[in-house]
Amino acid sequence: MSGASAAIAADTPHGAAPAAGQSSRRARRASFAWGFGALALALLVLSPVVSLVIAAAQGSGELWPHLLAHVLPQAMRETALLLAGVGLLVVGLGAGAAWLVTAYEFPGRRWLEAGLLLPMAVPTYIVAYAYLDLMHPIGPVQTALRGVLGYARPRDLVLPDLRSLPGCILLLGFVLYPYVYLPTRALFLMQAANLVEAARMLGRSPASVFLRVALPMARPAIALGASLALMEALNDIGAAEFLGVRTLTVQVYATWVNRSDLAGAAQIALVMLVAVAALVAVERRARRGRGFAGTAQRSRAMARTPLRGWAPAGAMALGLVPVAIGFLIPASYLAQAAATRIARTGFPETILPEIGNTLLYAGLATAIAALLGVLVACAPRLVSERFGPALIRVASLGYALPGAILAIGLLGPLALADTAVSAALQATLGSAPALIGLGTGSALVIAYLIRFLAVSVGTCEAGLARVPPSLPDAARMLGRGPTATLRHVQLPLTWPAALSGALLVFVDCVKELPATLLLRPLNVETLATHLYGEAARGTYEDGTIAALLIVAVGLIPVAILLRLGAPHADGRANRRES
Amino acid sequence: MIRSETRSADATPRLELHEVSLRFGATRALDAVSLQVRAGEIIALLGDSGCGKSTLLRAIAGLERPDAGEIRLDGTVVSGGREAVPPEARGVGLMFQDYALFPHLTVAENVRFGLHGQSRAQAKDVATARLEQVGLADRAGDYPGTLSGGESQRVALARALAPGPRILLLDEPFSNLDRRTRDRVRADTLSVLRATATTTLLVTHDPEEAMMLADRIALMRIGRIVQTGSGEDLYQRPVSRFAARFFGALIEIAGHCRDGRVATPFGPIPAPGFAEGTTVLACLRPDAISLAPPGEGLPGRIVDRTFLGASAILEIAVDSLDVPVALAVPCSDTHAPGDTVHLSLSDTGSFVFDAAAD
Repeated sequence: MSGASAAIAADTPHGAAPAAGQSSRRARRASFAWGFGALALALLVLSPVVSLVIAAAQGSGELWPHLLAHVLPQAMRETALLLAGVGLLVVGLGAGAAWLVTAYEFPGRRWLEAGLLLPMAVPTYIVAYAYLDLMHPIGPVQTALRGVLGYARPRDLVLPDLRSLPGCILLLGFVLYPYVYLPTRALFLMQAANLVEAARMLGRSPASVFLRVALPMARPAIALGASLALMEALNDIGAAEFLGVRTLTVQVYATWVNRSDLAGAAQIALVMLVAVAALVAVERRARRGRGFAGTAQRSRAMARTPLRGWAPAGAMALGLVPVAIGFLIPASYLAQAAATRIARTGFPETILPEIGNTLLYAGLATAIAALLGVLVACAPRLVSERFGPALIRVASLGYALPGAILAIGLLGPLALADTAVSAALQATLGSAPALIGLGTGSALVIAYLIRFLAVSVGTCEAGLARVPPSLPDAARMLGRGPTATLRHVQLPLTWPAALSGALLVFVDCVKELPATLLLRPLNVETLATHLYGEAARGTYEDGTIAALLIVAVGLIPVAILLRLGAPHADGRANRRES
Repeated sequence: MIRSETRSADATPRLELHEVSLRFGATRALDAVSLQVRAGEIIALLGDSGCGKSTLLRAIAGLERPDAGEIRLDGTVVSGGREAVPPEARGVGLMFQDYALFPHLTVAENVRFGLHGQSRAQAKDVATARLEQVGLADRAGDYPGTLSGGESQRVALARALAPGPRILLLDEPFSNLDRRTRDRVRADTLSVLRATATTTLLVTHDPEEAMMLADRIALMRIGRIVQTGSGEDLYQRPVSRFAARFFGALIEIAGHCRDGRVATPFGPIPAPGFAEGTTVLACLRPDAISLAPPGEGLPGRIVDRTFLGASAILEIAVDSLDVPVALAVPCSDTHAPGDTVHLSLSDTGSFVFDAAAD
């Protein structure tokens, strides 16, 4: 019998009392540590927003009327149009593609089902970067067109300029639609069967079934996916800037970088936060809706309608359009351009330190996020059922903050921290380096951490939730305390989820552009900032290699999603995985 | 391995519940439950789903914390007042309805999980012995995912018994098995429990299972224990109509108490303890009714006959009863629908309850 049990079994009437007293003292100490940690985390996550409010309230003096008159109205209009356009496009592409691969059967359907996820691997600034070069007047596409049509000079054939709001909408839409495709397809797989078959039996045509039954039914999933896609669009800084669209994000960045006006940038950022809050509200509502949908009748995969004649080829061609525009064309162009570059001038030397920097900052942030993610996700089980979920919500707030806003918001707190640390070191050591936070890249790691902690927490939480509650209870009944239970039962069963969460964080960090641009130490380049620099200058030297590397890393989450979605591929709807 | 010592019946009870209450929001899951379990006893908590029996089990295990009342193990308070000994320190075993085998550990590792205080070799010996006891020593290296339902149940039993718990709690231990497996596994489980003299509290909704396994049955309803006793006590001397109904169909006849008796079509039944004129309900067990020689009992007409192999069920309509009487007869009985038969009532198997009570 274990020591603790033996203590109870002892014949003394109060045999259990010492053990209980000890454990409650330990519990008090533990809950104090948890409370302290939680407070620190909340402070960290909330500090950018608080500092933005403070900075904005200080006022930018004479600049504010200028911003109000000339910058904000245009930025708000362009942002609203961009979001509206991207929203329409991702919903159309995402839901349409999801319906195509769940409602119809044709040769190659499974390949298409997986391939439709590929554009997720291409960050918005890279798709813009690739197409700008590809569609350049003396780029391959226009040159070939002129050859075919017999024009001699670039000015004879004038195509609509990609560098415009419609161009930006188009490119963003074609890389962001998987956010809608993924949940919508899962929802169709989970529950379309009965309702769709019922609609067919009532004499509805396939088109009518899609518009009147499937689409309204998928509304929660579509809303969820669209709000996530729009958050990405709002976060984007590269594509919009390369394509000459002056969105709020671009203006926040420009106001700080070009005018060094923190207050002005903060004011624009606060306007942006309103848009973010609206998107978060939509997402929350959609998640609630999804929970409801998920508890409906037992899932059964829908019988797909086989296509005959020329229809299969048509379906495949239609389905390949977003894959081609969002992934195949830009990725193969980047691969070809990178190969040419390497063949001509060899592997550029600067790229190695850039890879090193990218791995260093992303790796550090990932390690910390993974650890914190597990701890935070475990809080409801270890500490208390009321405090834990609140901690999870706080830790997940950062995901809603666009990178540029987060970076601007962090400047104030980081400067404060730097001053404090500096003063402390000065007092104790007599000398101190300045700018420990902003100068060393720890600022960047902190920003990554705040922004992507939600990913790590979310995947760990989902992994833990998948462990049936009777398993930890069983471990307790077999004499293990909460910590040992977590270590021996819940964590071993959760680590695959935690690992995939960490991978996702890593990839997000590698792809992140706006915060990296703003918070990296002087003269430090990562793959993403190198690419941005070249595109901003209009040169495309080694940028293609960096872009290709980022896309390659971006394929990791696609692979994870495909593995998670494997049961779907067999036509068996698996509710938990989706 | 030192098992906790089995005390004689007159010593401190192994488990003592004193007015244990627990609310979930507005629902009163446990309402002042009191119960004593002696060492070596097997007790069944019997009741419909939602009556609080599983909650009571979890409260004893320490997985739920009661709002009021006291739980003592071998005389030591483990729950009550400000005391709440955590589940891992109670020395209580619990076998879950879904078995809760750890999918990432082998069968042997599962059984050893509760033996972490012992040396490796010792733990291995105990685990092997337990697995042999349930006949699964050859599956020690397999993962739970490869086991059948019956095998999983036996592994779960071996795992729960391995640390030598002072009391073993079984939550609907056989409900996940199909009927054929269930009968065999039930018998095997009982023999292991008896062989190890394990004090056991088992939760079930099946009165037959409770009677088959338990020395005593505690019948629960809406968070309360309504009657405790042997299977025979509960079947033959139910304290309420609910208790009587739980163990089998009843023929219910409303009437009034006259001279300490109540009139039924089968003749008067004694109704001791009721005031003159009280509206009462006479409840008869169908098995207290038998075929009587012609002319002696209550006449009735057979309306249906269902053949069940070794026996047959006759449905007999009686003029003064709303519902036909279902009577089991040997299969050799040749009565057919349309025949008239006579029914008589034996001395036991009829109860009288206040019609106003449940």
